[in-house]
Amino acid sequence: MEKGPGVSNTDDNDTSSNGTTRRGFLTQITYAGAGLTLAPLLVRTKNILPGAPPGSAETSTINLTVNGQKHALNIDERTTLLDALRENLQMTGTKKGCDHGQCGACTVLINGRRINSCLTFAAMCQNSEITTIEGLAKGDGLHPMQEAFIKHDAFQCGYCTPGQICSAVGLMNENHVHTDADIHELMSGNICRCGAYQNIVDAIKEVKNIA
Amino acid sequence: MNDILGKPIDRVDGKLKVSGGATYSAEYFPKNMVYGVLVLSTISKGRIRNIDTNQAERVKGVVGIMTYKNSMSLHFPQGTDPGSGKYAEKDLLPLQNDRIYYDGQVIAAVMAETFEKAEYAAKLVKVDYETESPIFDLKTNISKSYKPSSGGSQLQLKRGDADAALQSADVKMEQTYTTPVYHHNAMEPHASVAEWNGDQLMVYDATQAVSGVKSLLVSMLGLLPEKVKVVSLFIGGGFGSKGFTWPNPIVTVMAAKMVKRPVKLVLSRQQMFTTAGRRSETIQKIALASNSSGKLTAIKHDTISESSFVDEFVETAGLATSMLYSCPNVEISHSLVRLNKVTPCPTRAPGEAPGTYAIEAAMDELAYQLKMDPIQLRLVNYAEMDEQRQKKFSSKNLKECYQRGADAIGWSQRSPEPKSMREGNYLVGYGMATATYLANRVASAAKATLYADGHAEILSATQDIGTGTYTIMTQIAAEALGLPVDRVTVKLGDSDYPRAANSGGSQVTASVGPPIRAAALGVIAKLISLAVSDTASPLHGHKEEDIIADNGRIYVKNHTDRGESYTELLNRKGLQKLEAQAKTNVSTRDPQGANPAPTGGVDAAAEEESKTNPAVQEDQNVDRKLYSFHSFGAQFVKVLVDPDLGTVKVDKAVAVMDVGKILNLKTAKSQIMGGMIFGIGMALLEGTAYDPNNGRVVTRDLAQYLVPVNADMPQFDIQFIDKPDPYISPIGAKGIGEIGITGMTAAVVNAIYHATGKRVRDLPVTLDKLI
Ligand code: FES
Ligand code: FES
Repeated sequence: MEKGPGVSNTDDNDTSSNGTTRRGFLTQITYAGAGLTLAPLLVRTKNILPGAPPGSAETSTINLTVNGQKHALNIDERTTLLDALRENLQMTGTKKGCDHGQCGACTVLINGRRINSCLTFAAMCQNSEITTIEGLAKGDGLHPMQEAFIKHDAFQCGYCTPGQICSAVGLMNENHVHTDADIHELMSGNICRCGAYQNIVDAIKEVKNIA
Repeated sequence: MNDILGKPIDRVDGKLKVSGGATYSAEYFPKNMVYGVLVLSTISKGRIRNIDTNQAERVKGVVGIMTYKNSMSLHFPQGTDPGSGKYAEKDLLPLQNDRIYYDGQVIAAVMAETFEKAEYAAKLVKVDYETESPIFDLKTNISKSYKPSSGGSQLQLKRGDADAALQSADVKMEQTYTTPVYHHNAMEPHASVAEWNGDQLMVYDATQAVSGVKSLLVSMLGLLPEKVKVVSLFIGGGFGSKGFTWPNPIVTVMAAKMVKRPVKLVLSRQQMFTTAGRRSETIQKIALASNSSGKLTAIKHDTISESSFVDEFVETAGLATSMLYSCPNVEISHSLVRLNKVTPCPTRAPGEAPGTYAIEAAMDELAYQLKMDPIQLRLVNYAEMDEQRQKKFSSKNLKECYQRGADAIGWSQRSPEPKSMREGNYLVGYGMATATYLANRVASAAKATLYADGHAEILSATQDIGTGTYTIMTQIAAEALGLPVDRVTVKLGDSDYPRAANSGGSQVTASVGPPIRAAALGVIAKLISLAVSDTASPLHGHKEEDIIADNGRIYVKNHTDRGESYTELLNRKGLQKLEAQAKTNVSTRDPQGANPAPTGGVDAAAEEESKTNPAVQEDQNVDRKLYSFHSFGAQFVKVLVDPDLGTVKVDKAVAVMDVGKILNLKTAKSQIMGGMIFGIGMALLEGTAYDPNNGRVVTRDLAQYLVPVNADMPQFDIQFIDKPDPYISPIGAKGIGEIGITGMTAAVVNAIYHATGKRVRDLPVTLDKLI
């Protein structure tokens, strides 16, 4: 499949030669917990750099491991993980519903933990295992959560569904679901405007074996 | 025949949707594509004095910026029907001049190599406005209201003399109910990808009407119909917002022409609050009069809603009231106030959703006033016919809905006094309401092809917006073709296919099912006539009417062994495939209704073939003018209200729906449940707030515009009467996408009154209104 701009598959995991101070800066402050406000800050920073023409953001080569496959991307540093997946890698299973961390449609797993990929810069994910909806199934068979979603009709339009399923799989790893109410509460970061909530809970219960 | 109708089979597109393989409109990547980002106005009225794109153009990677100064000129669209193309704002074509009519109007589009660059450059476009003072508040501008002409006499209805009856009544109830602006907020943002290939245009668009978008592109850009193709294979919800065509696909196509490259343009969530429709705010005055035993003697329902300065849309909140109850004196009116806001458009159950809220809350108030059980009040006033149109209902089993719903919620345990029930610290309330929505059907066409390998394909230019259309149409086709569902592929969402209903008004199931069935039966008829005239066939010489089709074989009735398989026959005859088309020219709408059936010569071949298709002819011969087509249902709710905090939790929600034959119990339940959740949102959470100083939207994201989430869910019990409507179609199924929201809002509000003794008439019922 033809990929988006600046994408190549690679097994070369050595990023040191491509490392830039900007990326180091980006990674540091994000790890310091400033992720939510980073975007405007970053843009402003660039604008006040002497001589920088407007919007001529740096591009960097970053390496992402998605569903076990390594990709080298030469991308705009402002690119979120969500847009890197959807637009650069053209893996469109992960959805954009709000781009602001308010809907959960973009949920993917990073090292098994569920996160909103629209709130995460691609450059922050270089040393992580990223799992998207396309990577949940092993071989021909679907992941049990995918099977359960079909069986319980846990979607209608299907747009929130990849995020719901990744979120549900992440939830399984979190070990704090004991009751139905826990599932309702802990799945509330994923909006489903079609209103498949009850069926989503039923699907999760089946996989969790607490039905 | 193989009894697949009604079975709760899994969605046929389920595997694609759970694995990320379903492609929505933003998910195409034509070679050389660039990204478009819209720039929107930030004032509500005035004109652009100057628009400066210099700085934005200097951003590396920007390939073009389109404003009214350099955009191509457009023709005004023809037609106003969503099926044949309804441009959302008929008097405001995008990027044609400097006038601003509302906040969020499209004023430029920036195209760049990457999304990030386009978004950044869009922020650098500087606009200097000449501001005029807008009007944007409905409540303070009621004096400017007028009676709209669109929709004809249907919007102002009258029988008997309601004013006189009110004056002499034993019991009277007069109140005003208000609902705020609601936004659809489908999870998939509006998105388009446009690609020109010479004069050929390919558009992927998130739309509820592929044929509608195509017609608009043809008329607005002056193109030849055969050169334009619009595709929408999967749509991430619409709820009305993708029913009319907003500027975004038109601008995308114009931009692609300008930069000579394919363009992808997706609205941001924020932009969807100003630039892709909304449900109008309503102010509804209701007056009821009855005798002391509750028999209604008068109903008045006056609705004021919003329209814009660039089109006219009426939220027809009073229409259902005209037929809901038996009453000799009824008066319904609709007025509009033009405001400097984006034009409202249909939102899930347009009219009925806010309308049933008001009338069903009013009926509840009357019941308490009469000290009468709310169900009993509805039974005393049960309408055996549509008294406004003086027609029989095509089918109505509402009494059974009330009964079964009451049993399911445990109505008999309800103590009638408000604020008389508790569970722990919570106040407990029970409420109910009647649900109703039009049972619409419009003209539609389809094509069926049976292949020699024994699989079949159905083509129809309707859409599956998440409702399950792919699945139930597969069931309908499989049943008629005598094939298992896994041998049938239904293809929708492509304007090249035979034209069919737009996905709005809950009309797809009733409209598109019959031509699919008729086309499938047409194929089988051709197959049978091939067999009986073929000396090599075991069916040679048999009467055609004695032969049936089932499980991939045709055989003599009651003699399974005397026959042959479809593949044997087709292969022997050397035929690779057998095709049939059908078009059913049927409408259940009032002749003067706002949305007439799509007509036109595009389906000439299907129309011609349908003249000899018995399934079409029988269907078209039913005299539908004799009947009033509606769906009905009853909604029941139990709420828990925290008396200290004023928080409301819907604990249990019951719906018993009379919506004709159920084609798939699993997807049908999901549809109703989705509607009910919309109703919970309307009652408790949703509402768009505008800045009182300038009329701009304040709550323009999903952190501020609250929609129901998983933690808000009650326990659901959804049931169906499941009796076919004998007049709507040979299948007997009615649409179910919208009725679930109707009644629900009132049921919640009525339950809150029962729990607390507080009647909130201004939605949503937020906690500040209860403490
Ligand atoms: S798109 Fe990321 S949370 Fe909505
Ligand atoms: S399935 Fe449509 S938003 Fe969840």
